[in-house]
Amino acid sequence: MRPGDERLQADLAASADAARAAQNRSRLVRTGGGIVALLVVVFAINAFSNGSFLTAGNLTNVLRQITYNAILAIGQTFVIITAGIDLSVGSLIELTGVVMASFANAMHFDGPLLVVATLLVGVGVGCLAGLINAIPVVTLNLPPFITTLAMMLMARGLAFKIAHGQPVPLQSGAFTSTGTGFVLSGFRAATGFPGIPIPVVWLAVMVIAFAVLLTRTRFGRYVFAIGGNEEAARLAGIDVKFVKAMVYVISGGCAAIASLLLMAKFSSGSPNTGIGNELQSIAAVVVGGTSLAGGRGSVVTTFFGALLIGLLNNVMNLLNIESYTQDIVLGAVILIAVVVDELRKRYLAR
Amino acid sequence: MKGIVKTFPGVRALDGVSFDVRRGEVHALVGENGAGKSTLMKTLAGAYRADGGAIEVDGADVSIDGPRAAEKFGIGMIYQEFNLVPDLRVIDNILLGHEPARSGFLDRSKALARATGILAELGIALPLETLARRLPVAQQQMTEIAKALVRDARLIVMDEPTAALTDREIAALFALIAKLKARGVAFVYISHRLEELPKISDRITVIRDGKTIETRATADMPQDEMIRLMVGRSLSAHFPDLPPVPPDASEVLTVSGLSCASGVPIEDVSFAVRAGEIVGLAGLVGAGRTEIVRAIAGADVAREGTIDVDGRRVAVRSPHDAIAAGIALITEDRKAQGLVLGMGVRENTTLAHLDRFERGGFVDRAGETATTNREIAELRVRTPNAEQLVRNLSGGNQQKVVLAKWLIGDARVYLFDEPTRGIDVGAKAEIYALMVALLARGAAIVMVSSELPEVLGMSHRVLVVRGGRVRAEFARADATPDKVIAVAAGVAA
Repeated sequence: MRPGDERLQADLAASADAARAAQNRSRLVRTGGGIVALLVVVFAINAFSNGSFLTAGNLTNVLRQITYNAILAIGQTFVIITAGIDLSVGSLIELTGVVMASFANAMHFDGPLLVVATLLVGVGVGCLAGLINAIPVVTLNLPPFITTLAMMLMARGLAFKIAHGQPVPLQSGAFTSTGTGFVLSGFRAATGFPGIPIPVVWLAVMVIAFAVLLTRTRFGRYVFAIGGNEEAARLAGIDVKFVKAMVYVISGGCAAIASLLLMAKFSSGSPNTGIGNELQSIAAVVVGGTSLAGGRGSVVTTFFGALLIGLLNNVMNLLNIESYTQDIVLGAVILIAVVVDELRKRYLAR
Repeated sequence: MKGIVKTFPGVRALDGVSFDVRRGEVHALVGENGAGKSTLMKTLAGAYRADGGAIEVDGADVSIDGPRAAEKFGIGMIYQEFNLVPDLRVIDNILLGHEPARSGFLDRSKALARATGILAELGIALPLETLARRLPVAQQQMTEIAKALVRDARLIVMDEPTAALTDREIAALFALIAKLKARGVAFVYISHRLEELPKISDRITVIRDGKTIETRATADMPQDEMIRLMVGRSLSAHFPDLPPVPPDASEVLTVSGLSCASGVPIEDVSFAVRAGEIVGLAGLVGAGRTEIVRAIAGADVAREGTIDVDGRRVAVRSPHDAIAAGIALITEDRKAQGLVLGMGVRENTTLAHLDRFERGGFVDRAGETATTNREIAELRVRTPNAEQLVRNLSGGNQQKVVLAKWLIGDARVYLFDEPTRGIDVGAKAEIYALMVALLARGAAIVMVSSELPEVLGMSHRVLVVRGGRVRAEFARADATPDKVIAVAAGVAA
């Protein structure tokens, strides 16, 4: 033992208890404790207001409604953790929607193969658009706010041109089950549980897959490192340009998947279904506790953020609250979420 | 300040610290890293709130609940990393928050008069129209002092003010402090450079583990006594014995004709470092020493020149290339370049070598934790555990985490840029010992340091850099302070 080691050991032992207590506290607060609390409040509201809220059918419906926004928000989470932003995802829903519908209509085969081929085409277009978003960001260090704003306009315009301003109806019936089908629907008669909507299954798979990508792989670690300190990440040998480009590619790809599910639901690719979706997805990420300053965030809490917004909408609809009031409430919830997040950070830094 | 208490998650940073500063006095505050100096000063400046204790100004109890309050009580704080707005001009920085205005609009002529007035009082010249980020460190510091005076500061707290200054700039700073002292301004002076305290301070307070150990007049506090109080044990020799380089040692790093245009341009830099050898790069701040090691490590891309590692030519176009070639750069600014402060010790330690912890496409966290715990023990990092956020560690422990990040890579070449800046005596000795241990592994070391005794005491050979070029080379035996300074300042070859 070197001189001083005993002192160090004693110090470590003394601080261990305090550290453990602090960690328990911070773990609860860090992993979206606030969101869980808010969810509890939502359920409490229901208990007093309306019995029709806590039914299997209604809750399943909420899940299906939030699917599209939650999928967008997954991609947005990656972008925001690198301290970026993607404003183009709403327009990319429209662009990939009309491209996919036109593609499917032009093909001479049908069935599940057509769904897979259409998905691949859409995801390809979405990822390509994401790459175009990223290139000026990583090569010239331009702000992503600007490049994705430009893409938002270009993609929307292109979608209208391709579709001549009209929705493109799907001729194939192969998409119907993807958009509106259920799994585990055999208990409907006995229990009232309608089964799990297929889009929700897609969402679940994506939440798990992207959560694993973000928390268990090198790529995910690098996303956090870049958001936390880009220069330190570069000097550690991380290919910062590649990783940053990839988060926009992921975001574009997520937009395409959300678009396919929407197209399958409505049996058409529409050039004006996506307006405002980019902001909705950012709201879900922020309500989920991901910091716009970068370096921190989670796919799982983003899902809960989207769920919270969806539940609020649902409760307000059930209570017959008019839509303008709903907007006010939603805006307030977003504001409260970021204020709570900031207070939480200060609490942890004390 | 009396009985100040401040706790962080898992750390009791201050545990009843008390001290006082008199009018027109320079009161030095010394202690090891993590002793609580910076926390104490941030409490005084309103950046943190104390959990207990009292602060009195002119005998009256005050509550300092933010930087504004500190300013109101005449307390000015000059941080080690400074607090200037880089893209504002010097004049705007000096007057920030105190801009003279006439009916709501900025009054430019009054601003100019105010700023030049302050500078005349100080007897210094600053380029008022230049953007703050273009200033050399010493002038940034002068700007900070001018800024404090605009706010009528009666107590100026300086954290490691000389860490990045050359000897001549330090002399100018001391002259300025003496002038302000005569006008009744008091200073709290935090420094790890114990040898300069007799020149500048009136009294010295030693703190250790968040407690006040002793306050004495500087004349009654010899340096070895001060060190003993700081570390709670006596330290022997300052520098370890460098093992001689074996005569048959091969060249590990060979740099030839290196030129680079980023920052201070460097031109035609050539040198070699053998296995088990430390080459020190001496020179004034802004001479291009940092730029040389950055170019070798791929942090900046060299325009011309070649780099060989172990006799093999390597193309270094990015930090990634350099790491793959076995070159590790320990940067001078650990917060801006070395660490992701919002990540834990484990994630920072493995960041540059995460590929080694990959199992079937996933990161092996158990492996990471095991490696990190080994490094924590080896380097004696003071942290509750491997998950503690690096932000919550003290400067010396943060530097150890940076070292751990590069040590786990078994690099062939270690480039240390100001490895002991702002670090206490105990941690310095540990870092020197670590460098010797690396030599035993057959690594080659290049060290940039602005502390001349460190360069002379820890190098087998010293290269003197001026104006982006290597101007002279001295073997350890010939490298005397006067010879090195003469070349660095341009008065000899």
